[in-house]
Amino acid sequence: MKAKIRWAKDNLFKGYFNSALSIFLITFFAWAFYNFFNWLVIDSVLLGDADACRQASGACLAFIVDKTRFIFFGFYPETEIWRPIIAIFIFFIITFYSRLKSRWNRRLLYNWMYCGLVIWLLMRGGYFGLVKVETHNWGGLPLTLMLAVVGMIFSYPIGIFLALGRQSKLPLIKYLCVAYIELIRGVPLISMLFMSSVMMPLFLPEGYSPDKLMRAQVAIIMFISAYMAEVVRGGLQAIPRGQYEAADAMGLTYWQKMRLVILPQALKIVIPPTVNTAIGMFKDTSLVIIIALFDLMYTTKASMQDSNWLGFSVEAYLFVALIYFVFCNMISRMGRLFEKEFR
Amino acid sequence: MEPIIKMNQVSKFFGEFQALNKIDLNVNLKEKIVICGPSGSGKSTLIRCLNRLEEHEEGTITIDGMELKDDVENLEKIRAEVGMVFQHFNLFPHLSILENLTLAPIWARKIKKHDAVDLAFHYLKRVQIADQAHKYPGQLSGGQQQRVAIARSLCMKPKIMLFDEPTSALDPEMVKEVLDVMVQLADEGMTMLCVTHEMGFAKKVADRVIFMDEGKIIEENNPDDFFDNPQHERSKLFLSQILY
Repeated sequence: MKAKIRWAKDNLFKGYFNSALSIFLITFFAWAFYNFFNWLVIDSVLLGDADACRQASGACLAFIVDKTRFIFFGFYPETEIWRPIIAIFIFFIITFYSRLKSRWNRRLLYNWMYCGLVIWLLMRGGYFGLVKVETHNWGGLPLTLMLAVVGMIFSYPIGIFLALGRQSKLPLIKYLCVAYIELIRGVPLISMLFMSSVMMPLFLPEGYSPDKLMRAQVAIIMFISAYMAEVVRGGLQAIPRGQYEAADAMGLTYWQKMRLVILPQALKIVIPPTVNTAIGMFKDTSLVIIIALFDLMYTTKASMQDSNWLGFSVEAYLFVALIYFVFCNMISRMGRLFEKEFR
Repeated sequence: MEPIIKMNQVSKFFGEFQALNKIDLNVNLKEKIVICGPSGSGKSTLIRCLNRLEEHEEGTITIDGMELKDDVENLEKIRAEVGMVFQHFNLFPHLSILENLTLAPIWARKIKKHDAVDLAFHYLKRVQIADQAHKYPGQLSGGQQQRVAIARSLCMKPKIMLFDEPTSALDPEMVKEVLDVMVQLADEGMTMLCVTHEMGFAKKVADRVIFMDEGKIIEENNPDDFFDNPQHERSKLFLSQILY
């Protein structure tokens, strides 16, 4: 206790200005927290309808309670909700299991493929007596997670190849990669999503049109790959020339050199910017709203427009912000874990 | 007997700068050569051309009957036969000492993992750091790292060893332990080309000393005559500058 008082004296109340500032800030945060707590807990309405909410001065939690299923799962049939829940559960388990580097082997890769397949079958249905649910009825959290996770799984290796291609001695490969990276980076994601939804069908043969979700996924993968390529390039450039030369001098082939010597070091260096890109992408998936895919953000917005529940957008935005924050925080923690694992 | 290294009129340019100027050099099996010269004289470039870390523009280089050309298959075969030790060791920091040694034998020589481990321990014992096998390069002293680098090259069972200023990045008290390993290697009959200014080493093991300046071989002689009685003005000047 004494030590704490001394710490406060040394750090918060050293001199008049410092003390005044500390008192002002502590008062301000106490006031802000008090008001927020009143709004969220004391004055809020947890059970009841919209009218009850309008009469109270606090948050309308009843709205969130009523809309939770829709925000999380969109138009996925109500009786089948257990399927996306199990799918998300499977995803969490395999992700949690993969957190240790010592478990990364070929078998784990097969397990990921296997889980991906199970999740797809579970979500889509049409087999084993499961009702078929078309992808345009998928929505909410599973959709957002899928766009982000599948996006990252594919754009990471593509980005690596693009980064290697950009450093290639063969001019054709080099300039193709440079052109791709610069072109994609020069275009906003929103316009790529738009193109994937409106223009791509024009170029494909008549009658052949992959579904909208798939097209959006491809657009996201293409977009993030370009960014990943630049992240990886940063790592490649940080590797001293001596490492390349030592690998060359031992008679390793180009691919052996990259796979065994250069990339393990380069990818380790770029874990922080990779995590940064992953978090950015997770949030950018909310742009699929413009091609009317019901991701987490769109289901939230749609909930606000329910005529029974008009006027509770603050609650809805805070709720969805919390969900995004939880997931971004998890990605960030995973990044820090990998940094430790690879030290 | 046919020389194991044949350089014929080899030239190398870095842009306008001519790093090597019509070099002719033959090296016989088991011969030990020390290359010296002022900085920028092309001595490092010369040995780096021998495993094609640098590509020469003119002339021909033949290693053990294989000519160095833009032919990748051929190139990796030659590189596997030519070991190289660098000034800054260039160990792979993400791999343990043992993994550093077994990497190339497993992937380039395609030998079995446990054979590669046996081989690695054989050479680690020879450079006297077998007890450090499971550490990482960052945990070793400079002299130990350079000995590991030598062992790493030896694991490929090369016919020729190239040394590019192997002791010049070391703290003075660690020079001897590295030179001892190199002397031992020379005694066993390895073909060696060393870029170094270690005169004691040159006198002890070299069959020939080559003095280079401005991309040319200026003087070639046995070490005793070269150091005690240099023939060329530039050799004399150089020796007077390095001997304090």
